[in-house]
Amino acid sequence: MASTTRTAHPREKRVIFKNIDRPGWTNDIGCYLQDGGYEDLKKAIAMNPQDIVTEVKTSALRGRGGAGFLCGVKWGFIKPGGSKPVYLICNADESEPGTFKDRYIIHQDPHQLLEGMIISCFAVNARLAYIYIRGEFPEGAKILERALAEAREHGFLGKNILGSGFDLEIYVFRGAGAYICGEETGLIESMEGKRPYPRIKPPYFPAVLGLYLCPTIVNNVETLCNVKYIVRMGGAEYAKVGTRVLCVSGDVQRPCYCEFEVGGITMGELIYDICGGLKPGRTLKAVIPGGSSAKVMSAKDRYKIKTKQPDGTIRENEMGLEDVPIDFETLAAAGSMAGSGGVIVMDDTRDMVWALNNINEFYAHESCGQCTPCREGSLWMKKITARMLHGGGVPEDSDTLKRVADNIAGRTICAFGEACAWPTQSFLDKFPEEFVATAKRMGNGNGSTNH
Amino acid sequence: MSAPSELLNVQIDGIWHQFQKGTRVIEACAQAGKFVPHYCYHPKLSSPGNCRMCLIEIGMPKLGPDRKPETGTDGKPLINWIPRPQISCAQDISEGMGIRTESPMVKECRNGVMEFLLINHPLDCPICDQAGECQLQEYSVEFGTAGSRFLEEKVKKPKRVEIGPRVTLDDERCILCSRCIRFMKEVAHDDVLGFVSRGSHTYLTAHPDRLLDSNYSLNTVDICPVGALTSSDFRFKMRVWFLKETKSICTSCATGCNTIIGTRQNQVFRQTPRENDAVNSAWMCDYGRLNYHYVNSTDRLQTPQIREGQELVNTTWNSALVKAGEELKQFSKDGIAVVASAKMTNEELWLTKNLTELVGTSHCDIIPRSGAADDILMSADRNPNTLGAQLIGLTGEKPGLRLKDIAEGVRSGTIKAVLALGEDLTQIGLQADELKKLASLIVLDILPTETTRSATVLLPSSAFCEKRGSMINIKGRLQRLHRATQPPGAARDDWEIVRDLIQKLTGSNGIYLIEDVFKQMTDSIPDMNGLSLSRIGDKGVQLVEETEEAPAAI
Repeated sequence: MASTTRTAHPREKRVIFKNIDRPGWTNDIGCYLQDGGYEDLKKAIAMNPQDIVTEVKTSALRGRGGAGFLCGVKWGFIKPGGSKPVYLICNADESEPGTFKDRYIIHQDPHQLLEGMIISCFAVNARLAYIYIRGEFPEGAKILERALAEAREHGFLGKNILGSGFDLEIYVFRGAGAYICGEETGLIESMEGKRPYPRIKPPYFPAVLGLYLCPTIVNNVETLCNVKYIVRMGGAEYAKVGTRVLCVSGDVQRPCYCEFEVGGITMGELIYDICGGLKPGRTLKAVIPGGSSAKVMSAKDRYKIKTKQPDGTIRENEMGLEDVPIDFETLAAAGSMAGSGGVIVMDDTRDMVWALNNINEFYAHESCGQCTPCREGSLWMKKITARMLHGGGVPEDSDTLKRVADNIAGRTICAFGEACAWPTQSFLDKFPEEFVATAKRMGNGNGSTNH
Repeated sequence: MSAPSELLNVQIDGIWHQFQKGTRVIEACAQAGKFVPHYCYHPKLSSPGNCRMCLIEIGMPKLGPDRKPETGTDGKPLINWIPRPQISCAQDISEGMGIRTESPMVKECRNGVMEFLLINHPLDCPICDQAGECQLQEYSVEFGTAGSRFLEEKVKKPKRVEIGPRVTLDDERCILCSRCIRFMKEVAHDDVLGFVSRGSHTYLTAHPDRLLDSNYSLNTVDICPVGALTSSDFRFKMRVWFLKETKSICTSCATGCNTIIGTRQNQVFRQTPRENDAVNSAWMCDYGRLNYHYVNSTDRLQTPQIREGQELVNTTWNSALVKAGEELKQFSKDGIAVVASAKMTNEELWLTKNLTELVGTSHCDIIPRSGAADDILMSADRNPNTLGAQLIGLTGEKPGLRLKDIAEGVRSGTIKAVLALGEDLTQIGLQADELKKLASLIVLDILPTETTRSATVLLPSSAFCEKRGSMINIKGRLQRLHRATQPPGAARDDWEIVRDLIQKLTGSNGIYLIEDVFKQMTDSIPDMNGLSLSRIGDKGVQLVEETEEAPAAI
């Protein structure tokens, strides 16, 4: 955890992370209330729940967990007046390598999350909600338990919240340590006491068939926090000024978390202005912009990005990686994704085969094993890159790696298939010569290996 | 609820078909003659969609600006193809759906999945019991590639695991399709199997301190598409391609599960269930399945014998039958008793009934046999043909009611001759010394018992797998047995023995073939009028209303 506090960079616009590392700030409810906490809940609870849903739709808030799905559309799948109870689950299973934002919200500002959650539950008429927190966050679970007790004492939870007639209970559910539990249907299976095997689609959304076969909304921690500000400023205003938390790690002088207006900063500004630049004498080689499963972007490439001009016209700009603004559409247009906001920076000293093997190890370890392509393919890819690194490379390795990845992506039950295939596909696409060189340099030609 | 006749238009590989609403995509493809390979999908179980072998291309009708389907020049809807492949096992067809089962993308998907399934598979086909009926082998031929690009070490997993008393598990062969897990949970109601560990290291096991010891455990072997779960009974006994397969029914209880008897060189090696939704779905119990070893016993009675003093001595069929006829002729009507078995076929029971009428005795019955029923397949009535014995009239409403009188009559000496067919009379309380006192004890059986040892005439007969004929199960369904093996030695078919006994009493009775027996029987039993053995077919015919005792439908 953050042992030293750090102040926000002047270029940042801290909204969700306003209270993170704030001098004098504590995570108890008294501090939160003094700062105007739960005022947005009071405003929301006087509103028509459907109007809140409409505001969230207008805000174009995108999910902060990785997929970037429109939150309002997801909520819209809940049909008012259904006969089954609606559940809301906060996905706090933050596990994507390179991503470390939700834990700070939970540790330092838990009431912000609870307020956002209570408003969201009111909007979708959920009377029972859960925070699914990953098993590796025991401290976070304790903090949330205490925050929930405080909220209950103050009448923000329980029966007849703030005299509105709305009842809500929120419970903390601790996971047992599996990346796949962050996949919303795997998460639900896990809560039902089963192996966290993601469910087959269709139905595509738990809002149709979720926890205990009831309509269920699963939202990321940061996403739920944003709802509070949408209620405060209105969906239309939020759409203009909404922010995004980024987590920067890797080869920068000052790895950090920071918050900017969506699209309000370029990759270069983030690396050089906010994170103190690269280590002396190094040059930028690549960036994984949205958590380890996002496709890697090469500093050598030119990106053709269409941007909307102030006069409303669309203009196509060709730019280098450092000039690419960090927002959902631009990163998608550049062939990668904003994902979970985990920006991993790599300088020219990085061996890309080593880097890919590091990622492959993670996904091979975390594949749940339910469906064939991911189960067998993720381990295969890891074994190939590990063999290459240990001197057993053969000329066919690049081709085999690519074809294995191609046979996974798009053919699995859940998005883990893409998550584990995209790194391999993109590393091979962007840095093919390094794979060929590794196979040649270290290979003994027969491919045999004993590890 | 939609009308049962509602038909939906679906395009498969460019040709439009109509299917019943509610048809699974994979089933619609099969109906259109387009087989879609699959591992995890089983029509009797839920669909987990995990093997990904059945990936196909699916499209939905293209909607115009008015939200109505756009039609092409042929008047048929245009199809918007989903760019990603879809599994065909878990969704139903819908109106205007397009399906491609042979496109390059589909072929690529199948190749890919086959390769993935094989990289960590031990490829030990030469010593694998599943070889010859393995879907991994079959689909490799059709959808696999000859070479392997896999240069790595395979994942090691537990082997030769005795996962239950009758099932052996090889986790390295397992493709993690979860059929067995789902069967145990959904059909056997014993949720004992599960996966542990993660990713490619996932393996199948029984829950801690539990065994796969359900009476239905061997069905997991049947539905295992690979050689992971094998029958400990059948394992390493015979290569499956040498087995001759004979359709028959299980005779271990009144359910009458449809079976296939696997034999080679006149020896039974295994019984497996044969699908029949009116009887046993696709399953059978382990008890019935394994209840065949006695037919291969070296103790089988093989030669007709007659008593000479204290000894039973071998003789010819003719002299044994002549002696039996002579003995029966010596006694008057009620001096004779007939104890038959509800393990006999209708044809045998019918001839036995004729014989009792011929000698004029009213002392005839079957010996009831019962055990605990379950709510799956096993019936409390452990006789396979009680209904047949009742319909034919060898027993009454309450089978076995007359046995007490018969036993009393033997003890008191009023009954001097007993014809025992396939039953041991100690079961009705008669001791060996009491049996020895009988002036005549004519016995048909397949294995030695107190009764066969006390016989005056011993006529070796046939086991269930050695005979043709019919039985009526507890639900009133008339079903056929077929001969899978020949009886040992000089042993004969029971119906022929009883026919010959009748002939010894009456001269010829015009019966030469089992079809003749069947015709006589159906002519005189109204419920069977108009039937013939061939007309019963492989799946039987419903004869009488289902009784309340029938086991719950699966």
